[in-house]
Amino acid sequence: MKTIRKVLALVLALCIVLALAACGGKPTEESKAPVDPTKGPDATQTEQQPEGPAAASEISVWVYPVGGWGEESKVKPLIDKFTADTGIKVNMEWLSYEGGDDKVNAAITGGNAPDVIMEGPERLVANWGVNGHMVDLADMIDDTDRQEILPAALAAGTSTDGKVYLYPMFNVAHCMAVNYTAVKEAGAEANIDLETRLWTVEQFDATVKALYEKFGGTVAAVYCKGQGGDQGTRELIRNRYGTKLTNAEHTAYTWNTPEVINALTDLKNMDGIAFDASLAGGDEIAKFYQGVLKMAFCWNAAQQLDPNAAGTGEGKTLSGDEIVYMTFPTQEGKAPEEGSGVWGLGIFDSGDEGRIAAAKQFIKYMCDSEHCAEAGDISNFFSCRSMAEGTEIKSNNPLLVEYYSKMMPYMGEYYQITTGWAGARTEWWNMLQEVGAGNDIAETVAAHEAAANAAAG
Amino acid sequence: MANPAKPMSRALQRREDVAGYLFMLPSLIFFVGFVVIPMFICIGYSFTDANMNSKTNPTTFIALQNFIKLWGDKTFLAALRNTFVIVLVSVPAVCAFSLWVSSVIYKLHSAALSAFRCIFYLPVVTGSVAVTVVWKWMYDNYNGIFNYVLTKTGLIEQNINWLGDEKFALWCIILILFTTSVGQPIVLYVSALGNVDQTLIEAAQVDGATDFQVFWKVKWPQMMPTTLYILVITTINSFQCFALIQLLTEGGSGTNTVMFYIYRTAFKLTEQQGHFGYANAMGVVLAIFIGILSAIQFKLGKEK
Amino acid sequence: MKLGNSARSGTYKAVSVIILVLLAFLFLFPLYWIVTGSFKTVQDIYATDPKFFPTEFTSNNYERLLSKRSAPLWELAVPFSSQLSKDHRPVYFSVGPTVPAAFRWLVNTVFMGVMAMILTCITASMAGYALAKKRFRGRGIIFALIVCAMALPKQVILIPLIKEISALHMWDNIWAVIVPTVGWPFGVFLMKQFSESVPGEILEAARIDGASELKTFSTIVVPMVKPGIGALAIFTFINSWNDYFLQLIMLGNGSNYTISLGIATLQSETSIDHGILMAGAALAAAPIIIVFLMFQKYFTQGITMGAVKG
Repeated sequence: MKTIRKVLALVLALCIVLALAACGGKPTEESKAPVDPTKGPDATQTEQQPEGPAAASEISVWVYPVGGWGEESKVKPLIDKFTADTGIKVNMEWLSYEGGDDKVNAAITGGNAPDVIMEGPERLVANWGVNGHMVDLADMIDDTDRQEILPAALAAGTSTDGKVYLYPMFNVAHCMAVNYTAVKEAGAEANIDLETRLWTVEQFDATVKALYEKFGGTVAAVYCKGQGGDQGTRELIRNRYGTKLTNAEHTAYTWNTPEVINALTDLKNMDGIAFDASLAGGDEIAKFYQGVLKMAFCWNAAQQLDPNAAGTGEGKTLSGDEIVYMTFPTQEGKAPEEGSGVWGLGIFDSGDEGRIAAAKQFIKYMCDSEHCAEAGDISNFFSCRSMAEGTEIKSNNPLLVEYYSKMMPYMGEYYQITTGWAGARTEWWNMLQEVGAGNDIAETVAAHEAAANAAAG
Repeated sequence: MANPAKPMSRALQRREDVAGYLFMLPSLIFFVGFVVIPMFICIGYSFTDANMNSKTNPTTFIALQNFIKLWGDKTFLAALRNTFVIVLVSVPAVCAFSLWVSSVIYKLHSAALSAFRCIFYLPVVTGSVAVTVVWKWMYDNYNGIFNYVLTKTGLIEQNINWLGDEKFALWCIILILFTTSVGQPIVLYVSALGNVDQTLIEAAQVDGATDFQVFWKVKWPQMMPTTLYILVITTINSFQCFALIQLLTEGGSGTNTVMFYIYRTAFKLTEQQGHFGYANAMGVVLAIFIGILSAIQFKLGKEK
Repeated sequence: MKLGNSARSGTYKAVSVIILVLLAFLFLFPLYWIVTGSFKTVQDIYATDPKFFPTEFTSNNYERLLSKRSAPLWELAVPFSSQLSKDHRPVYFSVGPTVPAAFRWLVNTVFMGVMAMILTCITASMAGYALAKKRFRGRGIIFALIVCAMALPKQVILIPLIKEISALHMWDNIWAVIVPTVGWPFGVFLMKQFSESVPGEILEAARIDGASELKTFSTIVVPMVKPGIGALAIFTFINSWNDYFLQLIMLGNGSNYTISLGIATLQSETSIDHGILMAGAALAAAPIIIVFLMFQKYFTQGITMGAVKG
């Protein structure tokens, strides 16, 4: 019994200490720190940075799964090289598109945002940037950089008041894909032009019909479980009758148009096309890769090179069927507008000069140095710049080069930078779910457009 | 304030105060620090338009506007309805089912008894995330086992989109919740049944009571404390069902719950005006409902 | 009539057992599918007609799971170092060897569950005793607060909670998950119910004998409420194990994940790679199932007596 008492006393003491520590948590910010972990052996390395404040010896970098950057094994060698060259330790963290936003927002709420983040302009510029969470990177971009970086990408990374919140890294045109082997089995390969990869709505519909008659079930899914991969459904729907989903100034959403309503009506009534609220973009690719779906709308170069990062070879489904990427179908004689994807790095404003300096060093290394090409190769996308510090940046992958020669001419403008985009994306998938459930299409579209515009303010 | 059985002297009262608070202290540190204080801050927030972007968008006091807005928010009302459907279906279902299972198995051979007990307990210990991964595949629209079996046996012609169809999705989630909830109640009921006073049962049987009568008149009253305990833990579990929704439907297909909507509003719809305040207002409303429910349960317990 | 009655109850029993056996398959199936799935080849996993048994066993899924991420097996920080250090990073005095992250996740999960369990049992049994047996002033209010907060989902207070945890520099630390769990007052409520059954005369006698408060508690009360502590221990352990929500918002860095969070992250990252998921799920379920099977009797007995007496 004596031991029990001792243990109890100890625990009580511990609890009290904990309480004291909890109470004293805030004031310690000003109080002198007894231990200084930055005085580690690698702190001396920071001398490499002559201008500005001394860079911190450790930064945290969070990346969304942008192509191959979502895989630790691919990214790690480059990060290790960076650490070896600069002495800055990098704590990498991989986010998912499903839960990434929540995690970053929760971290911002508590003041725990990472130093560097990799994603697209809709988050970095339109959300975190304009709301004052990010550092303006304009000082990192000089005149040579302005010549070397793809103007559209740089524009996408810049807010309306001229602040650069995203240093562009790579870009891609989002497209769709068909299971070419299945199309041939269904005898519909005449609809697929392997040379131009363009097709009309009639050819697309005929292909769906042929596949449906041959295989039954669902040929392609208008997936709408959440916002994951929603650029695919957006481009499919808006290209069908050729319209835009925001106004020219990107200040309001323009979904409630006859083009969108007609496209939704067509798709809803088409045999073989299902509005599926149990799939998000990633699930759709999985089903396509499995051979169940014969078409995928959530596609791009990274998928073509390595379907859903499964490491099973280029352009093949699980059973070895050939995958062919295509533009989204349009009306006869109209050029498609593929979804534009731009990704880059941004810095969260921690208020700590040292960490910001180290973060800038990281961005410089990845986006504007001879390592830029390697960073691009990891992603399976195309680098946003032709030259970096005198080195020519080009891809060595012939398939990637071919993809770009065929798809890039059709890349549309980057329009997902309207304020309230997160709310609008929620409205978009909810709209698709309701259309799929059989609600009146015109009413549904009108209601959700209104809600999206309310969020845009 | 307290209601002492007999009046105490002042010195004795002080002694009780000191001892009582010292014993409460370790628990109060955690309870006040990480539940009560956040609870009050939450109430405070619910009258403001607090948001994540306080740098560009300072917080202001907006009185009851959040609550007024909630009243007209269709998504919230649907979520509230779903939350109560989940609780009101799963709590009685879990209790009734576990009572039935226990009444069948408690008289079985001890090996069979412990085998059943283990099997029904397994989903609890497997962990909800791991179990969810499998159920997601079982419900799959294209290759899931339910569709496979049902189409193969000819019960349905076309695949059912279990998680993508408003008619089914919520019930699918309740089913998983159910399988991960019955383990503990079964274990509890089996032991409670085993501990029922045998002499009372025999006396009743001598008086010519049927099995049914014995069960309701003799055993059931003796198991009341167990039932209450089960009601409380199942209610808690049902309200906190989050992983299932997050991992299976993300709140779509008519499976949104208040808990999930709070989470979404707080951390996903971050450019919505005053989203923190709004999320907290939802929390306050939910807390009031839960408080009423707890009070009812508690009242029932007191009467017993 | 008596015979008819027993024959009818015999049929009822037989039918019930048959239904139970069928249900047992439904309950066993997820675990069966996880275990077999973790040894299946990609072809089997994606077969359009489900393969109920692997045509070929492979350890490939486990290999890929283990090679996916890495983390040190443990990182022991100086207590309160993240509160006291200048940049609020913890100071580690011992860092384990680098291992596949899944093992680290297991270590984190077990640590979380055990710490939450121990702390809850100690604090709740003390507080429950005080509420049941000590007539101190203010206990009515405290008890009312406890009952109100008991069924409250943590989502309700998530915004203040995350701000508070961050202000205390505990975010992204396994303690950020433990501490709110310990604060949850269900345990106090439960232990109060158990402590009510301790006879007042015994406590009075101990007091007259001159035993100190702490001694009375540890030698008289604790042994009498032991079954309740057992029930609470199991409830807390399983609840913290399954409290995916708190883990999701409180843990930021991959090496601080719990196994549930790790698997959920793998699921959303690689929705195509069911093999890895199954291997992860099997790895997550194995330890607790082994513990459960080993102590099955103890588990079930502990809960039982308590609840009946309560």
